[in-house]
Amino acid sequence: MFLAVAPFAPTYGSRSSNQQGKVAELRLELNSGGKKDKNYSAKKIALKKIVANMTMSNNDMVALFPDVIGCMNLPSLEIKKMCFLFLVNYSRMKPEVALKALPILVDDMADNNPLVRALALRTISYVHVREFVEATFQPLKRLMQDNDPYVRKTAAFCVAKLYEHDKKMVENSDLIDRLNRMLKDENPTVVSSVLASLVDIWGRSESISLTIDYVSASKLVSILADCSEWGQTYILEALMAYVPQDAAEALLLAERIAPRLSHQNSAVVLTSCRVILYLMNYISGEKHITSLCKKLSPPLVTLLSKPPEVQYLALRNAILILQKRPEVLRNDIRVFFCNYNDPIYVKVTKLELMFMLTTKDNIGVVLAELREYATEIDVHFVRKAVRAIGKLAIKIESSAKQCIDTLLELVDAKIPYIVQEATVVIRNIFRKYPNQYESIISHVLRNIDDLDEPEAKAAVIWIIGQYADRIDNSDGLLQDYLATFHDETVEVQLALLTATVKLFIQRPTKGQQLVPQVLKWCTEETDDPDLRDRGYMYWRLLSTDPATAKQVVMGQKPPITAESEKLDPRTLEELCLNVGTLATVYLKPIHQVFRAARPRRLLPSPALQRSPVEDGTGNMLDYNPPTANMPAASTSNSGLATITTTGDPITPVNAPPPPNLPIPAPNSVAASGPSNMNEAADAADAYFSGIGSQQMASLDLGDVGGGGMPQSQYVVTQNQQQVYQPHLAGGAATGELLLL
Amino acid sequence: MLSGILIFNQKGENLIFRAFRSDCRPRLADIFRIQVISNPQVRSPILTLGSTTFSHVKHENIYLVAVTKSNANAALVFEFLYRLIMLGKSYFGKLDEEAVKNNFVLIYELLDEILDFGYPQNTDPDTLKMYITTEGVKSAIANNPTDSSRITQQATGALSWRRSDIKYRKNEAFVDVIEDVNLLMSATGTVLRADVNGQIVMRAYLSGTPECKFGLNDRLLLDPGESSGPSSGRGGGNGLGTSKATRAAAGSVTLEDCQFHQCVKLGRFDADRIISFVPPDGEFELMRYRATENVNLPFKVHPIVREIGTTKVEYSVAIKANYSSKLFATNVVIRIPTPLNTAKTTERTSQGRAKYEPEQNNIVWKIARFSGQSEFVLNAEATLTSMTHQKAWSRPPLSLSFSLLMFTSSGLLVRYLKVFEKNNYSSVKWVRYMTRAGSYEIRF
Repeated sequence: MFLAVAPFAPTYGSRSSNQQGKVAELRLELNSGGKKDKNYSAKKIALKKIVANMTMSNNDMVALFPDVIGCMNLPSLEIKKMCFLFLVNYSRMKPEVALKALPILVDDMADNNPLVRALALRTISYVHVREFVEATFQPLKRLMQDNDPYVRKTAAFCVAKLYEHDKKMVENSDLIDRLNRMLKDENPTVVSSVLASLVDIWGRSESISLTIDYVSASKLVSILADCSEWGQTYILEALMAYVPQDAAEALLLAERIAPRLSHQNSAVVLTSCRVILYLMNYISGEKHITSLCKKLSPPLVTLLSKPPEVQYLALRNAILILQKRPEVLRNDIRVFFCNYNDPIYVKVTKLELMFMLTTKDNIGVVLAELREYATEIDVHFVRKAVRAIGKLAIKIESSAKQCIDTLLELVDAKIPYIVQEATVVIRNIFRKYPNQYESIISHVLRNIDDLDEPEAKAAVIWIIGQYADRIDNSDGLLQDYLATFHDETVEVQLALLTATVKLFIQRPTKGQQLVPQVLKWCTEETDDPDLRDRGYMYWRLLSTDPATAKQVVMGQKPPITAESEKLDPRTLEELCLNVGTLATVYLKPIHQVFRAARPRRLLPSPALQRSPVEDGTGNMLDYNPPTANMPAASTSNSGLATITTTGDPITPVNAPPPPNLPIPAPNSVAASGPSNMNEAADAADAYFSGIGSQQMASLDLGDVGGGGMPQSQYVVTQNQQQVYQPHLAGGAATGELLLL
Repeated sequence: MLSGILIFNQKGENLIFRAFRSDCRPRLADIFRIQVISNPQVRSPILTLGSTTFSHVKHENIYLVAVTKSNANAALVFEFLYRLIMLGKSYFGKLDEEAVKNNFVLIYELLDEILDFGYPQNTDPDTLKMYITTEGVKSAIANNPTDSSRITQQATGALSWRRSDIKYRKNEAFVDVIEDVNLLMSATGTVLRADVNGQIVMRAYLSGTPECKFGLNDRLLLDPGESSGPSSGRGGGNGLGTSKATRAAAGSVTLEDCQFHQCVKLGRFDADRIISFVPPDGEFELMRYRATENVNLPFKVHPIVREIGTTKVEYSVAIKANYSSKLFATNVVIRIPTPLNTAKTTERTSQGRAKYEPEQNNIVWKIARFSGQSEFVLNAEATLTSMTHQKAWSRPPLSLSFSLLMFTSSGLLVRYLKVFEKNNYSSVKWVRYMTRAGSYEIRF
């Protein structure tokens, strides 16, 4: 049957007479038939047309509300369902009309057909109107003890729905206690629904805590096999509320959950991964951990034969799990090679994973593969592949030469974006391995004219400056760039400034004409504060003591590393407690993406194997939850899990206070224009001369890069990798957030 | 969990809008249309804007969208969207714009049933079809309380996928072993990757509540002495080369990993690797598996591609069937990429037909029937138009598709299928093997 559908019109407001006519026509049709129409077929057809028009014709159908309610009591389940659907859709727009349906729904909740009881309960609890919510409470209590499991499961979800409508009203009633008691239900589907409902309530409440003891957890695991795939997922999610008090118990549960990893539904698989990874925090013994890790690998790889969206999710989670448990995914790296037809988001994620899994033993295969990717059509992907080659050179020292050779071969193809990308990574290679691969400088400079992107230009300028003494025409090359100094981006200007100074220090005769010119531009003819500051700094350095200037500018710098993909331990821990969720796609601290999400942390227990934050970089004190929230082995009289409305809300995790950095006292330098330039310079001089030698020492130049971290190393960050044209990459494709 | 389910057509018209929570506002439909459908730069299936996340799947000519707030279980979201597609196919044959437009009421009814407060409920088509019926079928059964109880027991029971009152005069079961063989071969002819994604589909027409046991030539089952248990064997795929060879000779297969239908008792499989289950009625996917060892590649392709100057590319592609001469593959299609600026092509083949498809930038060579051990050759030439801005040709890989009956690339065999039922009826079982090309790519 074909249903007429009003044409789609995106403009709201004025309704054409045509649509007015349509409403009148449908009303007539709905009220036609009369007594002859025994099976109400005319009404059914009219209702079907109304439902069909509901979504597609901008709420014109709301005018038919009273007529639809008139049909609600007809003895046909088919009609009832359509009327209820209409009610759910429009009750918020016309609450006063909707009220007329309330008695019918209340009656139906006492119908002797379980499907009708459940339908009525489900419908009434969707209606966000106060009278409806209030009218649900009493019947709901009865239906939670219905003798039909289908009704009971519907009632279980209904509590969470009411909680969404009116928190206070639910908290002041005994509904949550009743829900708790339903955990003893003999029907596994009901139990899993109760758990889903409890977890949902928990997620939206500050004042409710959810705890499960071992006996209950064990019982839940035993009913897993009897639940639907969705029910299994709900139970597994709820198991995250169990805090093992004993390593052996944790191990036993993990082993009993492991068979779920062979389920066809990826939600069951990934949620099982989450629970097992969580339990591993409480399991002692290298052997057990290794054996569990081995069980996690094959299912993750198998998810790669699922639809691309699920593959993507599996890959993002693999990146996460690999950082937490490097033992996982020790299998052949080749399963992560890209297929030509993989969607771009899958390819890019595979690339990241390949980078992480590359070792000196398999780098040959990986490089050959990356070279292939560098010839593909998608520019974004090609760039990432080239980046990856450069990052591998930094990651695996023994294979750096091999990587560089691959890069140079690619550069020879003279495809502009490859050349630019390669230039950037070669600069990083020089920073990582000073004085080793400078023989390739001439090779890189051959393509200097092809560079037009700021990052690539800045990279090549850095190379020229750093190796000014080895490049014969370094001054000439710089001069070419300086000719367009004012048209360049700040990034390039900064690079030019530094490179010119380096040139002057290394080859004073060649640089002496350039330096004053550049310093003048940077200090007098720019608006950019960084450029000015750096210009002044060099100026003073050079004019005060050239020997010191040389030490400072050309001094040894700590090498960079490629291990930046690593999430900080705290984020890593938090994300591992959320395997399979949306946050794992973004791989960012959860509160950054989902502000409303209730934080999850590893709760302490005698069995907890390591301190929650491994490196000690975080502040343990404000990280651990208040011990008052520690679940004392659940003494609940009411069944498997308890959800309590205690007056002891879990304090939200606060970000640690910013570290106290020695910040020099602000002074009143206000160098706002050329007129008071000299004045400002004098003031600055006065300030610096006033700083005692001790204060200077406390600035501790040796530690600049590390910012107080135990190891002072620069990192090639993942973000840097994405600096290029994030808008072209489509933001979300690279896991970045797009905010409205 | 899910706040709403939306369905759009390609033009961005919102066909279905069902909110399950009050935070799913109607204007979200406009936001999705603007941010995803009409934004060609979006390449991710997940988009988070503020506190709202849109997860979408494109199927046929429609977008299926799940709206979530907060940090939802993404795996569940996508599994559900794919389940919705599967249900649509089961009810309407296929789920596309036309099917949606012809079945608004049924789709809304289904959504109301399979999601409660955004939590997926029973999504099993057999059970759903007992009380959510298509055009013309009366739902009289649901108006009767005793029958309704049967439905509700079914929808919430441990065997939610099977009715108890199924009767067949002739009890039969068909097993299809379908393997997708994936190959990635480098230009120098080395195998970069070869693996098999297998799928076992069963069509069960069995009365009552049959308990089935299913046996494969799974190495871990056949040589239990070799490793201490399934867990230690599954992870360590890279055993000793010699023992691998003897295993292959003994006719057993190493399954890297298996995933099973809801009906399979996973505890049983984990403990002693026995596949035991009560099947749903009719067709279902019993299991999926993956094999990476001793993959038999049905076709060997040897391409020679020479770019002559900037105006011509010469191809010589030889393909040889690597399977027994008693077998034959059907629908063999070889796609040979051509440069984007190809003006015309000429082809000669020793078998089948070759045709240039300019919109795909491919020469498509089709061979309807390809007997085992035979070898065919294609010679072709592509003439290129000259371009002012000459960019190197990216040389995408050559790809194959085919299907080959009675052959499994992994060597997997079904050893038995036993049916136990309290009425002790006899049943007839059939098994069929097929190998298809998954992603079968050869670089040149």
